[in-house]
Amino acid sequence: MMKLFTTTALLAALAMPALAVQPAEGEKLAQNQTYTYWLLDAIKSLDPAKNTDVEGSDVLRSLFEGLMNEDAKGAMIPGVAESFEESDDKLTYTFRLRDAKWSNGDPVTAGDFVYAWRRVVDPETASEYAWFMELMNIVNATEIVKGEKSPEELGVKAIDDKTLEVTLTTPTPYFIKTLSHATTYPVPQKVIEAEGDSWTQPGKLVGNGAFVLESHNLGVDITLKKNPDYWDAENVLMETVKGVTVNDNNVALTRYQAGELDRVQIPAGQYPRLKQEYPDQATSIPYACSYAYIYNVSEKGPEALKDVRVRKALSLAINRDIIVDNVLQGGQRPATTWTHWAIEGFEQPETELATLSQQEKTAKAKELLAEAGYGPDNPLNLTLQYNTDESHKKLAIAVQQFWKPLGVNVTLNNVEWKVHTDRLQNQDFDVARYAWCGDYNEASTFLDWFRTDGYNSGKWSNAEYDKLMADSKTAEDTTPLYKRAEEILAEEVPAAFVYHYAKVDMISPRIKGLPTENVLNTWYAKDLYRLAD
Amino acid sequence: MFAYIMRRLAVAIPTLLLLIVFSFVLMHMAPGGPFTQERALPPQVIANLNAKYGLDQPLWRQIASYLWGIVANFDFGPSFVYPDRTVNQLIAAGFPVTLTYGTLSFIAAVVVGVGLGVVAAIWHNGFLDYLAVGISIGAQVLPNFVMAPILVLVFTLWYRMLPGGGWSFEDPSYWIMPVIALGTSYMASIARITRSSMLEVLGSNHIRTARAKGMPEHRVILRHALKPALLPVISYLGPVFVSMITGSVVIDVYFSTGGIGKAFVDSALNRDYAVMMGVTILVGALTILFNLVVDILYAWIDPKIRY
Repeated sequence: MMKLFTTTALLAALAMPALAVQPAEGEKLAQNQTYTYWLLDAIKSLDPAKNTDVEGSDVLRSLFEGLMNEDAKGAMIPGVAESFEESDDKLTYTFRLRDAKWSNGDPVTAGDFVYAWRRVVDPETASEYAWFMELMNIVNATEIVKGEKSPEELGVKAIDDKTLEVTLTTPTPYFIKTLSHATTYPVPQKVIEAEGDSWTQPGKLVGNGAFVLESHNLGVDITLKKNPDYWDAENVLMETVKGVTVNDNNVALTRYQAGELDRVQIPAGQYPRLKQEYPDQATSIPYACSYAYIYNVSEKGPEALKDVRVRKALSLAINRDIIVDNVLQGGQRPATTWTHWAIEGFEQPETELATLSQQEKTAKAKELLAEAGYGPDNPLNLTLQYNTDESHKKLAIAVQQFWKPLGVNVTLNNVEWKVHTDRLQNQDFDVARYAWCGDYNEASTFLDWFRTDGYNSGKWSNAEYDKLMADSKTAEDTTPLYKRAEEILAEEVPAAFVYHYAKVDMISPRIKGLPTENVLNTWYAKDLYRLAD
Repeated sequence: MFAYIMRRLAVAIPTLLLLIVFSFVLMHMAPGGPFTQERALPPQVIANLNAKYGLDQPLWRQIASYLWGIVANFDFGPSFVYPDRTVNQLIAAGFPVTLTYGTLSFIAAVVVGVGLGVVAAIWHNGFLDYLAVGISIGAQVLPNFVMAPILVLVFTLWYRMLPGGGWSFEDPSYWIMPVIALGTSYMASIARITRSSMLEVLGSNHIRTARAKGMPEHRVILRHALKPALLPVISYLGPVFVSMITGSVVIDVYFSTGGIGKAFVDSALNRDYAVMMGVTILVGALTILFNLVVDILYAWIDPKIRY
């Protein structure tokens, strides 16, 4: 997947200046370049090492800048790194940094990245995203997180102020794609050492991004102002970016309609109506998350689910079209694979789920279940667990109804979020609702989940699958491997995949530059501009 | 009186201590912890986090060091979920907001509620009575989670008069909707209690005597009837005031005020032990304090009560 171009081609591509989004001819810019968007909840942390949320990452992307950025389609483009070189063994990357400044005037150096990355893995920092450096396969990351080695031994080195060298334990095809993630952003050592945990507060926070922090009222709003010292400031049109917390989605929609917000999520079920009323504002774009019901096939799970026929029957019986068209109604798609359909370079295999009609699927489900010894005369009793949420509940009720004709009695078990998570991680469930969102735009971000040593809450295990995923790390062409992995998932059915997410939003027609083709929905405030009324 | 207050305060300390220990133990008994998340963290990361926040210590030691932090430095510890902030900072940011809209709402509820109740009692079974009772029943049956979105719809979307949410200490237009939404149902209860208590007092012997002496009606009402009629209202107001100034999760959610009410509920759901303890102690201490204030007010209003 990273093999789209050779190293030289990449270098050439990177040597070109990053093209900022520019207004088209005839577009008249608004005097007041402000973008106000909706936040569901408070932003928990503005420290790149401690942030764990999508909302936090959205802000960090404006306050800081990593080695790479993403363009409107999610392709990697240069950030602080002007260019890079990959060694022949694919284990060493050397980045050449551009002349960029911190918002206090200091130059951004390779040492800032070294400090930031060591800080993430340092047990002292206790970063919840320390695993991200392990995912990147940086030398010694795992040992340092475990406390077995010192942070100085991390495989990242400043050759000089403008040259950064990273060494990996194994070739990692997606390595470059991880570099736009907030966890990898540089942080200002001087400021952190002087201010401690409160360094992220307005007035103290120093960043290297296109914006600086103006104010932050926890759970109320956060305001960013354009940073005149940003290296590409002349191409940044937006002056002010404001995130406004509204905990209730319906109130947020009202406030959008009152003109207080430029972007808001559409509450569940309201997309068709809004699309009709506001065709230029209601949008639905693919979003790299998958929704599934995980079967517990571990020793603690029910005997019946260890039978692949039962697992397959339950999956086939779910009428995904009804779920997508009648329950969710927001442009989501029925899932026949675990990997989101829009992930770059991913090919969906032809499976029964994808090819049979629902009638055929239901008939087959009955047959399989009867073979396994279950039916209306000998019902199968299962508990379906989900975390408290109106739409999870609707889906669970629908699934209960789909399974009923097969002779499956489903007890719905609605638990609080933390309890749900705790039980998932301890295999204390029969069937559980789950969703996974991709960290980078490549199928392994989904498929690694089902590895024997992956998160894999149901404890399914398959040697061929593990080998495929291991091989994919060094393969020249990963597409057939990922396709085969999905075929195994379709044969073995460790979970019933239900639907692939879409991001369903109202977006003001005056705001331009928001990406519509980036499945991770990574957006940069520096690319936005506002049209005149 | 002084000895009484001292005695009450002395009892407050073990009460608070019990509250702390109970909440602490209950909280740790709930499944999951502050770092339990969908994406299970690797064990070593959890271990690092637990070590950083002292969660690897035995429970009794955690409680002891927590209490010591409060007594010695008035330090409620770091938040587990908002790593950039301490509990003291979180409460210092959220409590003034809640205190502002809570107090204003309380004043409005008392003034309007007592006013309506008195008017209704004086013109008992008259038009004004029905009107006042009608208003208070209407206000009572309209829960704040229904009223809040309606207010936003009317004043923000239709009339564009008020901001739909958020908070500013400088701009009172942000205060209006939270104050109305929070105060309405309390106002209704106050009106009903005032009305029935006032009716009872107006029918009592000392009022008949006052009227028989030829005292002007307004003096009968203000000097002789209102004071005793307010006694039941005041016993109701003590806990109401505490619950109003320590926040309403509904108000915080619908108006995004950043108040302490939502922080409290979130801390329980997030297992943010430190924030939850901090707010519990704040609410507990205020409850004890205002119960005492109510008792003192009682003695002031009713000369028959002596401590």
